[in-house]
Amino acid sequence: MIEIEELYKYYGERRAVGPLSARIEKGEIVGLLGLNGAGKTTTLRVLACDLLPTSGTVRVGGFDVVERPHEVRGKVGYLPDRPPLYDDMSVDEYLSYAARLKRVESKDLARRVDEVLGMTELGDVRRQLVGTLSHGYRQRLGIAQAIVHRPDFVVLDEPIGGLDPLQIVEMRGLVRGLRGEHTVVVSSHILHEISETCDRIFVIQHGEILWSGKEADLSSEVEHGMRIRLTVRVAGASPEAALERARGLVTGIAGVRSIESREPTESGDGIASLEVVSESDARDALCRALVSGEVGVLEVSRLRDLETTFRALLEEGAPS
Amino acid sequence: MNAALLIARREFYAYLRSPLGSALIAAVLLIDGLWFHFEGMSRPLLSAEVLQQFFYGASGTTMIAGIVLSMRLLAEERQTGTFTLLNTSPVRDSEIVVGKFLSAFAVITLMTALSLYMPLLIFVNGKVSWGHVAVGYLGLLLLGSAATAIGLFASALARSQVIAAVIGAALLGVLVLMWLVARAVEPPLNEFFSALAIHHENFRPFQQGILELRRVAYYVAVTYFFLLAATKTLEARRWR
Repeated sequence: MIEIEELYKYYGERRAVGPLSARIEKGEIVGLLGLNGAGKTTTLRVLACDLLPTSGTVRVGGFDVVERPHEVRGKVGYLPDRPPLYDDMSVDEYLSYAARLKRVESKDLARRVDEVLGMTELGDVRRQLVGTLSHGYRQRLGIAQAIVHRPDFVVLDEPIGGLDPLQIVEMRGLVRGLRGEHTVVVSSHILHEISETCDRIFVIQHGEILWSGKEADLSSEVEHGMRIRLTVRVAGASPEAALERARGLVTGIAGVRSIESREPTESGDGIASLEVVSESDARDALCRALVSGEVGVLEVSRLRDLETTFRALLEEGAPS
Repeated sequence: MNAALLIARREFYAYLRSPLGSALIAAVLLIDGLWFHFEGMSRPLLSAEVLQQFFYGASGTTMIAGIVLSMRLLAEERQTGTFTLLNTSPVRDSEIVVGKFLSAFAVITLMTALSLYMPLLIFVNGKVSWGHVAVGYLGLLLLGSAATAIGLFASALARSQVIAAVIGAALLGVLVLMWLVARAVEPPLNEFFSALAIHHENFRPFQQGILELRRVAYYVAVTYFFLLAATKTLEARRWR
């Protein structure tokens, strides 16, 4: 478990973080979301004992980062925004070196290096010099060094930075794969990425937690409801008649705040689309009502514009 | 394996892999060789005087090599971001400093050992005592150790290698020039400054083949002081 109480970190006169309090449970994947300069990296560096806090208490796995930094470092694996790689070593040599630094016992060393090479899919470049690796491989090697000693806590600072779309998908899978064995804290300034991988989000602005919770709650709280798109079909009816029938069926459902017609997402007889705004997730109730009214449901999807949501949150401040 | 030795081994191989280590060793051996030829072999001198001339010249290149080798040790890691690996591993700051120091000192030792053929050449046409050779080399290693520790401290302070080299050279220069300050002041201050000088009074006995324990203690103390200062600098950086 990670416990942060009233953490402050100053660089000279400038407050980078604080006041910041949070609690991260064992096995969680938690995302720190914020714009550049919000205090994410500083917070992560404190968790990894790379920096010490100006004031406040931070306990990682029960150890205080100021009083027992040595123990904390043994329990944390850290990937900074720029992976700490020695270009003049081979991938194998580098991982063995990192493992030894992190007190992996000699008898477990070769097995552990093989395991993380497999997990991060670096086996085919294990003899290659680190300096010759592509950006994607370097990021993976950065994660490999962070987990080589089986840490309880893995702290990843912008792990998808600079990756191409395919590498982003792979990296997401890699981070999700850490769930269970490790408690993971990952930072990003892209809400979509955080929402894809994390159980819980902390939105950070000016060094303080602006909001915390699940991504679905963030959308519903900031947008003041959930937007749902429905595409329906009524056999033998005109699109207008189908729309009216569907509108009539969903109007009475609890939590539905507004219903608006939309351009049908596909063409055909009796096909209509509508957008429903509900106070909470009403997708199952909507489907039940439509089907019981003999209206076919061709599509039901939640409309998410995460970046707009994020921007709205930062502009409006914490939702009440 | 002890973390300090682990770090030392990595850094030592890094020196051997990079052009810096071999180029520096080659340059030092070239300068030492030229000095030995022109100052030692081209004039009518006694064998012991030739050896003294060799140690005098080698002491200068050893000090410079200590600064050049150590300037990168911490500053470069900070520049490339690799220092984070050390800083977030369960390794003490003192182990980082000692490991880094040992790697550069190992290169100094290798470099110094490779110059041994020059004193051996004296045996072709002359005769010097093995004790003189051994004490002179001990002096070179102690001087190299002190210069490396000073450079390492500068590397802990600076963000770039160039600035580390400038700070290291300035600190070393101040310690070298203490003999001039000693000349300029009255007793008993002159003895104090003279005792602080990293080269003159403290190195001359080694050059002459005289082993004085207080001179050994001086170099050990300078090395220890600057390694401790480098450790404290790393510790303080975490609070910044």
